[in-house]
Amino acid sequence: MKNQFVKKLSAVSSAAVMAAALLAGCGSSSQTAASTAPAAASTEAAAQTASTEAAAQTASTGAAADTASSTAAAASSAAAVSGEVTAAGSSALLPLAQAAAESFMKENPDCVITVNGGGSGEGLKQVADGSVDIGDSDVFAEEKLDADAAAKLVDHEVCTITMAPVVNASLDIDSLTTDQLISIFTGKTTNWKDVGGPDEDIVLVTRPSSSGTRALFKQYALNGEEEASNESLETDDSGTLLQTIEQNEGAIGYVALSYLVNNTDVKAVGIDGVAPTLENTYNGTYKVWGYEHMYTNGEGSDAAQAFINYISGDAFADQLEGMGYGVASKMSDEAKKAHDAQ
Amino acid sequence: MESTILNFGTQADAAEHWPAAFKREDSMANVHASKKTKGYYFRKEYLGRGIATGCGLFIIILTLAIGAFLLVRGTGTFTRFHHSILEFLFSSDWSPVDTATGSGGGVGAAVFIAGSLLTCGLALLMITPFAIGAAIFMTEIAPKAGERIFRPAVEIFVGIPSVVYGWIGLTVLVPWIKNVFHPKMGGYSVLAASIVLAVMIFPTITTVAADAIRSTPEAFRKAGYGLGSTRWQVIYRIVLPASRSGIMTGIILGLARAFGEALAVAMVIGKTRAFPKNLLSPTNNLTAEIAADMGNTASGGEANMALWTMALLLFLISMLFIFLIHLISGKGIPQVEN
Repeated sequence: MKNQFVKKLSAVSSAAVMAAALLAGCGSSSQTAASTAPAAASTEAAAQTASTEAAAQTASTGAAADTASSTAAAASSAAAVSGEVTAAGSSALLPLAQAAAESFMKENPDCVITVNGGGSGEGLKQVADGSVDIGDSDVFAEEKLDADAAAKLVDHEVCTITMAPVVNASLDIDSLTTDQLISIFTGKTTNWKDVGGPDEDIVLVTRPSSSGTRALFKQYALNGEEEASNESLETDDSGTLLQTIEQNEGAIGYVALSYLVNNTDVKAVGIDGVAPTLENTYNGTYKVWGYEHMYTNGEGSDAAQAFINYISGDAFADQLEGMGYGVASKMSDEAKKAHDAQ
Repeated sequence: MESTILNFGTQADAAEHWPAAFKREDSMANVHASKKTKGYYFRKEYLGRGIATGCGLFIIILTLAIGAFLLVRGTGTFTRFHHSILEFLFSSDWSPVDTATGSGGGVGAAVFIAGSLLTCGLALLMITPFAIGAAIFMTEIAPKAGERIFRPAVEIFVGIPSVVYGWIGLTVLVPWIKNVFHPKMGGYSVLAASIVLAVMIFPTITTVAADAIRSTPEAFRKAGYGLGSTRWQVIYRIVLPASRSGIMTGIILGLARAFGEALAVAMVIGKTRAFPKNLLSPTNNLTAEIAADMGNTASGGEANMALWTMALLLFLISMLFIFLIHLISGKGIPQVEN
């Protein structure tokens, strides 16, 4: 009799545990599963930035003075915000958004900000249907959503991102012309000796066709020419792309500057003699860059607005440049004009 | 999979014994209060039975729901964007439009389908002789060592996550192929993907085949020895033919695992969207392409739908494998009466 009771009790309780586990699994799986991997990668990136901040600041000499003067004003305006903010989307923006969330929460202890990856398409979809407060994207919402859904979203251009062609560090190539670059990425040039390098086969390393990085590189570096997908190695993320380039002497690919901070295993290649630096991006001589977007559904909550203002504001600008991103407000008129013309 | 079946088996056995136990206790309970009978039966019988039935139905509904969802999403390429099934299966023009409403691109998935078939087929060719050899060794030739050392070792292999296999492949196999054969695109190749898959499905085939060989009736072997056969003759002429359906089941289960594997393959296959020229050239497959593009494509757009169609194709292929297993195991192992 007692034995039976114990059996029954354990059966019922184990069923209850199973049911609870199922519910918990359904509730959280959609977001957490996608974000764990990028989260791990970005903490590493954040740790690196602290040490490299000083080095990267030299790239933005002109900007240092006005940043310092406006820091005090920004700090006082960001007082006492509370609430929960969730953000998801672009993996290119993820390391920055996470670093910004961390320091924003330090200043506003009542605020909880959760940042996930998942890709630009996923971020836009989730902000449009209300599952997150902020959708991070490399591209305009109109490109990934239908017109009705895109019209409800408000675009915030929080920073700029500069893309650079990269090659193996041992390859004797420092700059390519736009024509050479197009010829290489469309598969017409297959040996480095044809563009002034050593006698070495060219190995193309690209990103998936839905990638925001690829779309930007295609539009501004390759003048809209489609890459030769049938002759290239495709990598899921910029980290894997860099690893592939490190391992193959003749490899060429492209990544955002944020991935090149403190990296000596690959080297960035100039385009038409212009080196891919933040300075050259600001003054308009380097052309391969784009805005990173944070979309809100309508104006967004107070906390979401405060966070977006913080990440694009002056107080965070130094850290932002230290991570390899560009400050949107520093873009010169020439740069914007040349960008819009493309 | 095997253990699930076993669990269901023991539950069913227990259920058969319940009524007898109830009768005994029932008569005791009746002495005290016959009014409580209804609640008593609820607690002792219907509650447990209800939970088990509920869980079972839930799983069945879940499976059907996933199938229906994939069917609805996956057929969008043909119904909403008006591509033909033949184009999807046999064209290699993959250029779907990645916007929410745009259409008119190509959705030919032939490169990915060929990549999946080729890598899985090669993996099977490579590993099946080794897997069956290992199964024979651990059951017939060295059953004691097999049971104590070999079997646990093989079972550990099953539990290793695929990302680990992929990572090892990326750091050991890919540079090795690159240094030995010097292919143009580095070591990323069909060969690397096939070897990684072969290592991954080895334990699946071995354990299922070993179970099948072990369950060959002892009388078969004794009859063989009685006729003067050597041990190898008994293995080759009697045990292997008798356990053929079990071994085939193991091979198909291994093939199903290889077909569904995304991560490990994606890391070493190179993901070049072209038919491979030889074993050393890179290509792409269904699962790696889905994983690479699913997050960034516009939801409901042509590119997104084409990926869902590939997911539906994978679902149908795995259903085909399950169907084949049932077809084969339906013939069953020959039984002898004791």
